Amino acid sequence: MSKKDLGLLILILVVGAIVAIINPRFLLPINLANTSNLIGLFGILSIGQAFVIITGGIELSVGSLVALLGTLFIDFIAVRGMEWPLAFVLILLLGAIIGLAHGWLITRLKLQPFVVTLCGLLIYRGVARFYTADGTAGFAFGQNFPDLEFLTAGRSYGVPNSFIALIVIAIVMWVVLHRSVFGRYLYAIGKNEEAAKYSGIRTGRIVMAAYVICGVLTALSAIYFAMYTRSISPASHGQFYELYAIAAAVLGGFSLRGGEGSLIGVILGTVLLQELQNLVNLLGIPSSLNFAVMGGVILIGVLVDQQWGVFRARRLMIDAARKNVAGAPAE
Amino acid sequence: MNYTDTTIAATTPFLSLENVRKTYPGVVALDGFSMEVRPGEVIGLVGENGAGKSTLMKILGGVTTPDTGTITVDGNAHNSLSVEASLGSGIAFVHQELNLFDNLDVAANIFFGREPLRAGPLKLVDRARLREMVAPLLKRVGANFSADTQVADLSLAQQQMVEIAKALSIKARLVILDEPTSSLPIAETDKLLDVIKALKADGISVIFISHRLHEVERVADRVVVLRDGMLAGTLGKRDINHDQMVKLMIGRMLKEREKASEAARAPGATALAAKAVRTPTYPGRPVDLDVRRGEILGLAGLVGSGRTELARVFFGIDGSLGGTLELDGKPLALGSAADAVAHGIFLVPEDRKLTGILLDFSIAQNISLPNLPAHAKHQLVSASAETATAETQKKNLGIKAPSVATRTGTLSGGNQQKVVLGKWLAMNPKVMILDEPTRGIDIGAKAEIYGLMRALADAGVAVLMISSDMEEVIGVSDRIAVMHEGQISGILDKDQFSQENVLLLAVGKQPK
Ligand SMILES: Nc1ncnc2c1ncn2[C@@H]1O[C@H](COP(=O)(O)OP(=O)(O)OP(=O)(O)O)[C@@H](O)[C@H]1O
Ligand SMILES: [Mg+2]
Repeated sequence: MSKKDLGLLILILVVGAIVAIINPRFLLPINLANTSNLIGLFGILSIGQAFVIITGGIELSVGSLVALLGTLFIDFIAVRGMEWPLAFVLILLLGAIIGLAHGWLITRLKLQPFVVTLCGLLIYRGVARFYTADGTAGFAFGQNFPDLEFLTAGRSYGVPNSFIALIVIAIVMWVVLHRSVFGRYLYAIGKNEEAAKYSGIRTGRIVMAAYVICGVLTALSAIYFAMYTRSISPASHGQFYELYAIAAAVLGGFSLRGGEGSLIGVILGTVLLQELQNLVNLLGIPSSLNFAVMGGVILIGVLVDQQWGVFRARRLMIDAARKNVAGAPAE
Repeated sequence: MNYTDTTIAATTPFLSLENVRKTYPGVVALDGFSMEVRPGEVIGLVGENGAGKSTLMKILGGVTTPDTGTITVDGNAHNSLSVEASLGSGIAFVHQELNLFDNLDVAANIFFGREPLRAGPLKLVDRARLREMVAPLLKRVGANFSADTQVADLSLAQQQMVEIAKALSIKARLVILDEPTSSLPIAETDKLLDVIKALKADGISVIFISHRLHEVERVADRVVVLRDGMLAGTLGKRDINHDQMVKLMIGRMLKEREKASEAARAPGATALAAKAVRTPTYPGRPVDLDVRRGEILGLAGLVGSGRTELARVFFGIDGSLGGTLELDGKPLALGSAADAVAHGIFLVPEDRKLTGILLDFSIAQNISLPNLPAHAKHQLVSASAETATAETQKKNLGIKAPSVATRTGTLSGGNQQKVVLGKWLAMNPKVMILDEPTRGIDIGAKAEIYGLMRALADAGVAVLMISSDMEEVIGVSDRIAVMHEGQISGILDKDQFSQENVLLLAVGKQPK
């Protein structure tokens, strides 16, 4: 765990302690379970985003995708009577295809990630609303999918299964990002795409793969969100979720220029964001201020982090200078 | 210390450094260094890669602060200079690495932040006035391009000229040039040396850092030699000669200047062949060229003659607009650099900061990058395998760094170049293309790199060396191909080698 991540963890604990002191309900099992469920849902989404951001790209369409894919999933199993495992796989595949399409437009046709995924944001939202004729997708009364519900919205030993899913995914993706050849390529591309290309890396394919990973994880979280809310009005479902994901990554130390950030960072970023949401609820802050609180904290976090970096660099220099002066023998 | 200078000693120094020390984590870059600069004096500053030359200049430019020591300007002592103080006292600085805005034109770059403004509330830039101010500066550096050219459209050498013009644009009393000629071919280098002489005539002091010692010989009044951050010695005008400088730089005499053996080599089979290849820059000019196994083929030509563009096609970065490539007699289709690497065709590019290495990666990570799967098990990178490979290259190439985990961006220019070489030498090259491979490399390491190229050739590798350094082209190559405006204007065999012939072909004339 890097120093940065450690700082974030301490911040999370401190904020938690303060909230707990002011309102002890924070520590009630039901509140913790609810919050960790949300952490699970948003965490999966944010990891996907992180893979794209590390390449220096951005994926703005994930909120709309959560709506579209969630709507489709519920429609497949509730209305069309599809077996849920089949629908599950289909939705993930759809996520992969959409990610591939974005990656292809960006790497082959050289469109800017911001533009491509902004169009995605508009298109998928529109399609989702059209698909339900601006109605609501939901389950009929008494419709049950015990296995699916257990896996997505259930708990094991009091821990939400969505949170457990996040842990498993996080471990796998940590290995991919920080230990694998592919992960190293992602960082190389994020830091200097030209130099990566001149080192014989097929940068186009790697970037495309990052968008595919983001698409699949977004699809997965779309299913989780759908099973959590159980009914979806595509006009508002998942709105601004792309910003939650980007915010989590930025809080977690990612640079939007690419090449920087860690998996633990983005998870901690998600945790902090959800903690703040919870704080707004528990401390009786008007929920209309929700976004303002989030924005304020992110800004402060980024500022502190940057200033601390400057301070640390300076101290490192001074230390090195002292050590060298002290260690220099009279030659 | 042999302080033999007596010529300009009478004049009071404009600037002096005393006991300056600068450390970085794990490195002592400067160690109790002192020197003086007098008005109208040209000081040659030489030393091996990593000796501390750039660090010294960054201190004078106010870019970094020394740990201890005194800097005296016009009799006022300072512990360190700020950029403003440095500029204010008339110290102009041309960095080793170019620092221009690609998307602006030449004039805007030269007067960036100091543009003349038109009267009125809008404070619009006065373009006409700007042009007037830029024109004489460009003339002074002998530029062959206009003030409204986009910097992105200039060659490296031309960008270098813009940097110098920029330095001249402040009322400079001291101009510091950190390896200004490393990317310049002969003709432009001569121009630059003339600029230096003109500055001197105007009473402006110059500190000239270069690894090309014969250039230092030509212009310097005094040579200051750095070794491992310390003053190794100073040579007065009469004592300046190549061998003395080398001796002080490396602490011993270099045995003999590396020369390609004179024995005629039996040419090997053709490894890489270009047949009517056309590059995107010169679509109308088909190029035919064979690079044979076991030879070093020098590729000479003026800046902008299309050599780098050709190398980019050979390395799969740019597609050829026609014609074919062949490797070992078989047709070769390159869709990307990755394809070229897979075929054993490697490129050491001209611009190391942009394309050669990742400054934020460690030495080990840079060296393993093109061959990462070989340093991984089940797709998981093995740090120990990376370290082992990098250690070997560090040792073989003499890369100067605290460890292979050091961030490459903190290395001196020459050592960065060695990292680029290291990443390809760690693999098995079949065709090795080197674009200005010894740019910014010190004399000892240069000899090592020539030795390495020769060893590669002897091992059957086809070596293609693009170089603007005439001595290098003639001294190292087995054959020389010369390019002129996108085409091969001629190929010289060993018995036809001469500076004159290369230059004649470079301007499109026939050799003698
Ligand atoms: N920002 C930095 N952080 C850490 N080490 C540094 C930094 N800048 C320079 N160094 C180290 O200080 C030493 C001197 O470097 P410097 O760039 O001054 O060498 P140089 O004489 O200019 O070499 P070259 O001829 O290769 O340009 C080197 O060992 C280099 O690695
Ligand atoms: Mg230097």
